[in-house]
Amino acid sequence: MVPTHYFVILSAVLFGLGVIAFIFKRNIIAVFMAIELMLNAVNLAFVAFSQLWHRLDGQVFVLFVIVVAAAEAAVGLGIIILIFHNRQSLNVERIDQLKL
Amino acid sequence: MNVPLIIFFVLAAMCVLGAVSLILQRHPIHSALSLIVVMVALAGLYLLMGAEFVAAVQIIVYGGAIMVLFVFVIMLLNAGVEERTNMSKLAGFAGIPLAVALTGFLAAAVARSADASQGPLVAGAVAPTKTLSMLLFQDFVYPFELTSFLILIAILGAIVLAQPEK
Repeated sequence: MVPTHYFVILSAVLFGLGVIAFIFKRNIIAVFMAIELMLNAVNLAFVAFSQLWHRLDGQVFVLFVIVVAAAEAAVGLGIIILIFHNRQSLNVERIDQLKL
Repeated sequence: MNVPLIIFFVLAAMCVLGAVSLILQRHPIHSALSLIVVMVALAGLYLLMGAEFVAAVQIIVYGGAIMVLFVFVIMLLNAGVEERTNMSKLAGFAGIPLAVALTGFLAAAVARSADASQGPLVAGAVAPTKTLSMLLFQDFVYPFELTSFLILIAILGAIVLAQPEK
């Protein structure tokens, strides 16, 4: 069988790639996708530990995380559409009204 | 090399390649398609661990609903190729080393705790969907009801945000 720490290491690698994408992507939609990637990485760790300790709580948590991700996607993409209508750009560098 | 290990490595390679492709692709629609590859591979990993229900929800909700929403918005806004701008010096120099260090620390810390607790996991030992639903609708029934409020508020928020300006 597959040792649990393989899954956990894969989860950490995916989370790190999500962080890198979050830092380096310039398109606001791609930044949003990086957040989804990090949520998925955490879900993988949840399921791995749930199977390791033979408890299903972790999988219930994964369902909650998916629900929250769906709600976040709906609201976040609405905000992205508004930003595009106001600034005519999807580049995160252009959205700097709060910058000093 | 037993068969589950081979399947794991194939799916893990799909995950990592999809995530790297998400970073390297310049066009958002290509990034979205890479993310779909990651999500389908993750569903395969859940099946490998014996979490069938989570795998099905992953495909339906993530691969279906959320990614369709993303592709829809990309098409609606007619998002083109990402433009390169000069990133801040801090992100350019310290970004990748710090992210790699974070990954290393995370992997080391969490893998040690996984090693210390028990041996390899047995696929399908627990997690019949019936047990999962019992847990969801008995022990976690209040959080479950709260998520329905969350979805309701998210729908209202999306409608308010998408209203045309008066």
